[in-house]
Amino acid sequence: MDALNLLMQGFATAATPMNLLYAFIGVLLGTAVGVLPGIGPAMAVALLLPLTYGMEPTSAFIMFAGIYYGGMYGGSTTSILLNTPGESATVITAIEGHKMAKAGRAAQALATAAIGSFVAGTIGTALLVAFAPIVVQFAVSLGDPSYLAIIVLALVAVTAVLGSSKLRGFAALGLGLGIGLVGLDPITGQQRLVFGQPLLADGLDIVVVAVAIFAVGEALWIAAHLRRNPLKTIPVGRPWMGKSDWKRSWKPWLRGTAFGFPFGALPAGGAEVPTFLSYVTEKKLSKHPEEFGHGAIEGVAGPEAANNASAAGTLTPMLALGLPTNATAAVMLAAFVQYGIQPGPLLFQNEPELVWALIASLFIGNTLLLLINLPLAPLWAKLLKLPRPYLYSGILFFATLGAYAVNLQAFDLIILLVLGLLGFAMRRYGLPVLPLILGLILGPRAEESLRKSLQLSAGDISGLWSEPIAVTVYIFVALILAWPLVALAWRRFRPAAPAADSTSADLPPSPIFPSLSHHEDGRHVGEHAGGHAGRHAGEPFDVDRPVSADRPGNSEHPVSGERPGDRDRSENEHNHETRL
Amino acid sequence: MKTARLWLKGRSELGLAALLGVLGAVVLWDGLRLNTPYSQSDPVGPRTMPIIVASLLLVCAVLLAVNVIRGGQGEAEGGEDVDLTHPSDWRTVLPLLGAFVLNVLLIDVVGWVISGTILFWGSVWALGSRKYVRDGLISVALAVLTFYGFYLGLGIKLPAGLLAGVL
Repeated sequence: MDALNLLMQGFATAATPMNLLYAFIGVLLGTAVGVLPGIGPAMAVALLLPLTYGMEPTSAFIMFAGIYYGGMYGGSTTSILLNTPGESATVITAIEGHKMAKAGRAAQALATAAIGSFVAGTIGTALLVAFAPIVVQFAVSLGDPSYLAIIVLALVAVTAVLGSSKLRGFAALGLGLGIGLVGLDPITGQQRLVFGQPLLADGLDIVVVAVAIFAVGEALWIAAHLRRNPLKTIPVGRPWMGKSDWKRSWKPWLRGTAFGFPFGALPAGGAEVPTFLSYVTEKKLSKHPEEFGHGAIEGVAGPEAANNASAAGTLTPMLALGLPTNATAAVMLAAFVQYGIQPGPLLFQNEPELVWALIASLFIGNTLLLLINLPLAPLWAKLLKLPRPYLYSGILFFATLGAYAVNLQAFDLIILLVLGLLGFAMRRYGLPVLPLILGLILGPRAEESLRKSLQLSAGDISGLWSEPIAVTVYIFVALILAWPLVALAWRRFRPAAPAADSTSADLPPSPIFPSLSHHEDGRHVGEHAGGHAGRHAGEPFDVDRPVSADRPGNSEHPVSGERPGDRDRSENEHNHETRL
Repeated sequence: MKTARLWLKGRSELGLAALLGVLGAVVLWDGLRLNTPYSQSDPVGPRTMPIIVASLLLVCAVLLAVNVIRGGQGEAEGGEDVDLTHPSDWRTVLPLLGAFVLNVLLIDVVGWVISGTILFWGSVWALGSRKYVRDGLISVALAVLTFYGFYLGLGIKLPAGLLAGVL
């Protein structure tokens, strides 16, 4: 087994005392930022990028790996103890997790989340080891036309499938592609979007852009809407589980992993759909369905495992194809570029030591997380009480410091400010951040592939679909783009399908904090409180506007026997027909 | 007049559409002024990508404007510490931006330790903390620690500015 040998070598690299220390620091930092409100793993990696310039790339990535998994773990702690999921991936965890915490079973909820994360992360990483080399083998045979097609697929999929408004997603993508254009044209050496400003000629530093969008934009946005009376945290002791908890958790862990990994590996899978599917499945299979909505442990174990397995799945296209599909992976990819490492299928050939040490450190980080975090949970809970002025000032302070340290020029801080304001506006008007970052990173690579493809065909445009794989991928792209029409046609021609499988009833009326509503599955918010319906999908949320309390489209409407995923999308279309 | 203002209220997103439109126009203008010497080795040329991006931005700008005029709205992003029930609090954001801009202007003149202190202290104040002494001490400590941390730990020499002889 070639992969196993390489993995063993990876362990040898990752297990040196220094690298173990970095893994440890990464796990601690990752969990801390995952727990802290307002900071996600993507922002953490972005903020740390400048600090790692002096480090060996391998050590830096070992630390990033720790942050990546640590952030996932920390997020679940917040959603269980605070009931305000910070990221979309932990929304489902909060439903049952917070109920358990309120019922005095916070320790068990945290324990099943932690152990489930460990199980799912370990299996997911093992699957990564198994699949990544296969994907690489397939990918190195791809020519430029196919590679271009795959990049287009990733961009379109992330933009059109995730998020609630496709139009706003594409606007964000356009912004990212535009930022990616700044600098010298790689082939003719002409300046593009430089405006005679010599400091722009080298292009915008990806680190500065990432810090601006993730850290400055976020801090300003939160500052504008800072909650003045912080939410109550439920105190917790050391997590533990009883025998019956184990018995009820282990199957959901495995099933959640099975949902999570493939979705994470897809170009636009994300963690929302698999966590949701896992929740619905567990509810159906549970012997205690009546507990759902009142703190059922299966409802924490399954989605948490799905979340972490999807995080591992995301790394498959990231490492094997150089295609990031979530924000943290995108920033990590930016780090590769920063170190002058070419991401993509050749990564495994050119930097085997780095890649396998990174994968090995995922196993190590995952184990460290379990060992460190079970005893430290009470401490993490205390972190939630950090005074907010310090927290958000700190983010601005370190964002400034990091962006300045890259080139030691105040000009970068002006860029930071301008793009930070852009990040603010994007959050205000619901433009998703991910398409922007992906456009920025993948745009230049798409252009390169485009030019190489047509170079091969001597300018004949049919060179773009000269490879069968490219054709297949473009068909997928067309399907994704045409999906709303397909769904519409489906509904029109099969109106009489029996409403046998209405998934909406599976979700309990949830008191989850409004942030739930900004996902596709936000519908259950509309379900439980008419007054909240306005929050749904951010409809009349602008306070300047008279709030029309109950939009009819928001509340539950019976939908014929579609799969939950379909329903998500079709309902989305329905709600947002005015919003495209 | 009044109705026009009422209509515009809650449609501030039109400004975003305008921004997209302007950016699209700029990208297009900049792209069209590039030379494209015909060459066998680069039939695509440097113009193509800017034109694609500009078209995307312009189409999005138009569709977004139509969407907003017809009553569509982007959903503001939520979060743990985000309370969307009140409007954007400019009395927090503007001082925060002020502290940030002050740092940009000062950093090369007075050095990181002083400008960083101002940045942190100003931000904490803007965000509502009124424990001036504690905030000040923490600000100075952070600025000094990061200065030495970067210098000793990473070999990055942040500007010392006015304190050049002291630090």
